[in-house]
Amino acid sequence: MNPTTTAIRAGWARGLIELRQSFTNGADLLSHLLWPVLMLIVMYFMRDTGFGSSGLLLGTLALPSILGMNAALGMVSMSQQLTAEREDGTLLRAKATPNGMRGYLVGKVVSVAGGLLADLAILLIPGLFIVDGLVAGSPGAWLTLAWVLVLGMVATLPIGAVLGSVFPSARSQGLIQLPILGMIAISGIFYPITSMPEWLQWVAQVSPIYWLGLGMRSALLPDAAVGVEIGESWRHLETAGVLGAWAVLGLAVAPIVLRRMARRESGSSVAERREKALQRVG
Amino acid sequence: MSKEVVLDVDGLRMRYGTTDVLNDVTFQARHGEVLALLGPNGAGKTTTIEILEGFRMRSAGRVQVLGSDPAHGDERWRARLGVVLQSWRDHGKWRVRELLAHLGTYYASYSSDMIQRPWDADELIQAVGLTEHAGKKIKTLSGGQRRRLDVAIGIVGRPELLFLDEPTAGFDPKARHEFHDLVHRLADDHETTILLTTHDLDEAGKLADRIMILTGGLIIADGSADELARRIAGEDEVRWTHDGQHFVTSTTESTEFVRGLFSRYGKGISELEVRRASLEDTYMALVRQGEAAARESKETAR
Repeated sequence: MNPTTTAIRAGWARGLIELRQSFTNGADLLSHLLWPVLMLIVMYFMRDTGFGSSGLLLGTLALPSILGMNAALGMVSMSQQLTAEREDGTLLRAKATPNGMRGYLVGKVVSVAGGLLADLAILLIPGLFIVDGLVAGSPGAWLTLAWVLVLGMVATLPIGAVLGSVFPSARSQGLIQLPILGMIAISGIFYPITSMPEWLQWVAQVSPIYWLGLGMRSALLPDAAVGVEIGESWRHLETAGVLGAWAVLGLAVAPIVLRRMARRESGSSVAERREKALQRVG
Repeated sequence: MSKEVVLDVDGLRMRYGTTDVLNDVTFQARHGEVLALLGPNGAGKTTTIEILEGFRMRSAGRVQVLGSDPAHGDERWRARLGVVLQSWRDHGKWRVRELLAHLGTYYASYSSDMIQRPWDADELIQAVGLTEHAGKKIKTLSGGQRRRLDVAIGIVGRPELLFLDEPTAGFDPKARHEFHDLVHRLADDHETTILLTTHDLDEAGKLADRIMILTGGLIIADGSADELARRIAGEDEVRWTHDGQHFVTSTTESTEFVRGLFSRYGKGISELEVRRASLEDTYMALVRQGEAAARESKETAR
């Protein structure tokens, strides 16, 4: 077996081990469940509130949007894990192992993407029982959901890897949360984007978060719901275009940034960061 | 004794900004040797070892590690090395056996006729004395256990060359003793070439075939513990009593001195005591000399 295959297999195994770990310890399990449960509670109370004169319910509109948002947030966990594991020496360990970096990255993609899919299921399955008016029965709906999700992950995970490589410490990771929260607020997740001022709509349409939300709504909402979208269309072509552009950009930039970051890792840089982290505590 | 050279360092320099950390480091290591790089804190030990591991770019000099330049070492080269750094706290959620078995898989495709890679996880766990902790989560290990795991990870690929950076920092005497046994076994049974850094002279003397003293960015001494003690004109201490009076003197020629004492005073000499220059005295003398020389050369440069 050649080393590359070995590394990819090892990475796959690594991803599954990490995935299992994250569903078998208290703290991680809580973080998997907390947000979906809170969202489900919110949706439960929103389930009878209508939106304008469209005849649609807010809860119905929100569920697919929140799914889209959560899918986009895989980017944040990718970035956080990379920074944390750079700090604790996991990356350096990978660097000291033959083909270890490749195995590490494959593992990370498997565990983050797998965790994401599990989180989406935790939200979607109970959501289908709480919220009325979704078209979850048709195969077309699941097909759309699948391609938007896959393309969305290919678009967002490399961005996450880039962010995780660029920021020097777990603490500075906190900084990137703010703009992302801002993007979520204007991306039509919790309230239809057409009720926002036009310039904000333009800003929102740059972000993959908006397009993931739109894609999910197009999969799960009845055709009538398209009325509250920009141009009264699901704009599948544009969705594929924007997400595809992010994917190309991310896949082009991520290897360069990751390689540069990995090259700079050494025992002393890990020790230095550890020192700093200890000083902050003290 | 002309075994294959596995480490060849010639004129290695490292400069950060305007500070020279390594001035002109030159040494070789042959197959199966255990080398200790000894020096005070901040002498450049870790920098040297990181350059050899391929984790840090050097400023100048020629370096060959297992026949390759570590700055351009490929994955096949990497598979023949073992690395144990100063501090790890990674993989806390993993279990001991799980992690060793996983990391071992990366080495499987680099087996050769001579060397079967990787080391079987259970055998390895036994070799480092972690059998009863094999199923534990790594973050629950004690400091000494964690360090033994680090060593196990360093040797899971059955390396031909092993780097150990301050391997016993924070060990209690028992753990230290067990660790020394492990290093001896690696060197004897597996013919692993080992380069370790330490600031503990006693440890260097116990573990290494050869000791190199690094200070002020230079290797100021290189040889076996005995050779080093001999090379420096270490001053032995002679104490004796004559006519009820105590005397102490330091001399490089203690045997000759004592012969003189006896021929002059014969039976008048009692309570004779000769203390040979210890390795520690030698080391301190060498480090002081080295530091003085470094200061001088800086001042001349200015």
